[in-house]
Amino acid sequence: MEILLAIMIGVLYASGIYMMLRRSLVKLIIGIILLGNGANLLIFFLGRITKGAPPIIPADGKVFSEAFADPVPQALILTAIVISFGLQSFAIVLVKRAHTVVRTDDLDEMNATDEDS
Amino acid sequence: MTQQLILYPLFLQIAIGIILLFAWSRIRFQKVFSIFGSILSVILAGWLFYYIWNFGTQTVQAGDWPAPFGITFVADTLSATLVLLTAIAGLAVSIFSAGSVLRDRLRFGYFPIFHFLLLGLNGAFLTGDIFNLYVWFEIIIISSFVLITIGGEKAQLEGAVKYFTLNILASMIFLTAIAVLYGLTGSLNMADLAGKIAAIENRGLVQITGILFLIGFGIKAGVFPLYFWLPASYHTPPFAVSAIFGGLLTKVGVYALLRVFTLIFTGDALLDNILMVIAILTLVSGGIGALVQNNMRKVFSYLIICHIGYMIAGLGMFTEIAIAGAIFYLIHDIIVKTNLFMLSGVIYRIKGTNSMRDLGGIYAKWPKISLLLFIPLFSLVGIPPLSGFWPKINLIKAGFSGGSYITVAAIIFASFITLVIIARLWSEVFWKEGKELPFRSNFGYFSKMKNYKRLQFIVPVTLLSIVSLYIGFGAEHIQELSARIADELVNNQGYIDTVLNMKK
Repeated sequence: MEILLAIMIGVLYASGIYMMLRRSLVKLIIGIILLGNGANLLIFFLGRITKGAPPIIPADGKVFSEAFADPVPQALILTAIVISFGLQSFAIVLVKRAHTVVRTDDLDEMNATDEDS
Repeated sequence: MTQQLILYPLFLQIAIGIILLFAWSRIRFQKVFSIFGSILSVILAGWLFYYIWNFGTQTVQAGDWPAPFGITFVADTLSATLVLLTAIAGLAVSIFSAGSVLRDRLRFGYFPIFHFLLLGLNGAFLTGDIFNLYVWFEIIIISSFVLITIGGEKAQLEGAVKYFTLNILASMIFLTAIAVLYGLTGSLNMADLAGKIAAIENRGLVQITGILFLIGFGIKAGVFPLYFWLPASYHTPPFAVSAIFGGLLTKVGVYALLRVFTLIFTGDALLDNILMVIAILTLVSGGIGALVQNNMRKVFSYLIICHIGYMIAGLGMFTEIAIAGAIFYLIHDIIVKTNLFMLSGVIYRIKGTNSMRDLGGIYAKWPKISLLLFIPLFSLVGIPPLSGFWPKINLIKAGFSGGSYITVAAIIFASFITLVIIARLWSEVFWKEGKELPFRSNFGYFSKMKNYKRLQFIVPVTLLSIVSLYIGFGAEHIQELSARIADELVNNQGYIDTVLNMKK
């Protein structure tokens, strides 16, 4: 399971970066989304994977007796998902606006800001 | 009462932001309230600074969870200083926005978002938790995305796409670094991490994590070779937005670098060497980039990059005197860079352009304003006794005593190139005989403005110029402050003890 997850995170990062390096604006957004999901899974993965072990102390104990799922990474991922949701929504609207104003979805043609003025 | 003093700047900014949201279309109220709130935030930040200066580092634990478990807010001297500088720059830009930002932009929530940006900055300076720092960074960038796109002109949107992509990428790398760090140590509290990272035996993995942080913060700070988004976007939004971006947004990246590399990843020769090389290349490439530009705001954008190099060089040398130099430069730079972009806004309103080729003759027509603008321009160069001169003494002294002569050469080269650029700018914009530019009938020229409107341009520039002059002529005080901050950063045990033990 660990190896499978590690490979998947690697593929998500690689494809995210690859998509961001393309010239199309839409692919740029897809790249951002993939990269965000890769990062979230990475946090989950590095918080160690356990199966069926919720972090609840049994009624007759004072401390955890066995390995338990770390709740902190899950809280982190939840925060990161919400943030990346906001950013991705903004990205989609921005790209829509940029496309209507600049009339292209090719990043190489967006060079007005580099011109000497 | 004083226990939560650290959090008051945050509460104040969020309260101003929310109240302004309710006054969505009442522009006049928004202007007055934003300026009033900014004055209040300067007073609060001054109080916080005074308190920290007298009583030392303070902490607040969110929800009263003890330190490594809950989210900690820490105000040491560095944080308190930066909060104070943010408040001063925020006040100046708030007044400047009231005068210069077009009504159509103000109607779409400019002021509320501006205060949310300041909230994010204050939060980033005050937090003691690495994941919380990420959240504040996100608040900063999402506010800055709105500010950079507000108005929706073609150049703005193109600049925004570049700005947006690179900043998102930086956040993702930062998040990845946090994930690896958590996997290594199981902690997120920066003071706690300091001890846990030092105990890890697999140094290779620690170095990789450090480099991930370096890349993430480096993109935000605009260091070589990660700065290309900066000159592509900073000259596109309204001048007030450029001013707050140029003054504070790259500096928050520098702050994060300073914090992480003095607290968590310390004493690593490889990372320090990388920082040195980056610093030298940033100084040289930023300076050369500025040399060939014609648009004033692009020149200043490249100068931002160039001068980031000084701070990174100070961090890379990692001696107390070098870090004191970096901190002194940081203090000077926040004020001067904010002022420079407002200055270009004033010139734009006088002549209707920012192209140095077309500008000219401002000194003949507006001698008093020219003399006022002289102060920030030559503070930047650092002609003694103006403010840019003093931190360089520290840096060069540290370079000589550490034997890193290439850094010393790069620092001198960058100062020299800044002098050339500013001298050229001065003669092109102020002394050269001006061309007659085509008159734009619907443009709000400075000469057509009423006096109270002119004051909204002149007062913030004057305010920051006075602060600059104080930094220059009162260098003794700032040097004392920087030395104390550097001492706290290098001997970080005090910070760690205060956060973890809750000494009372």
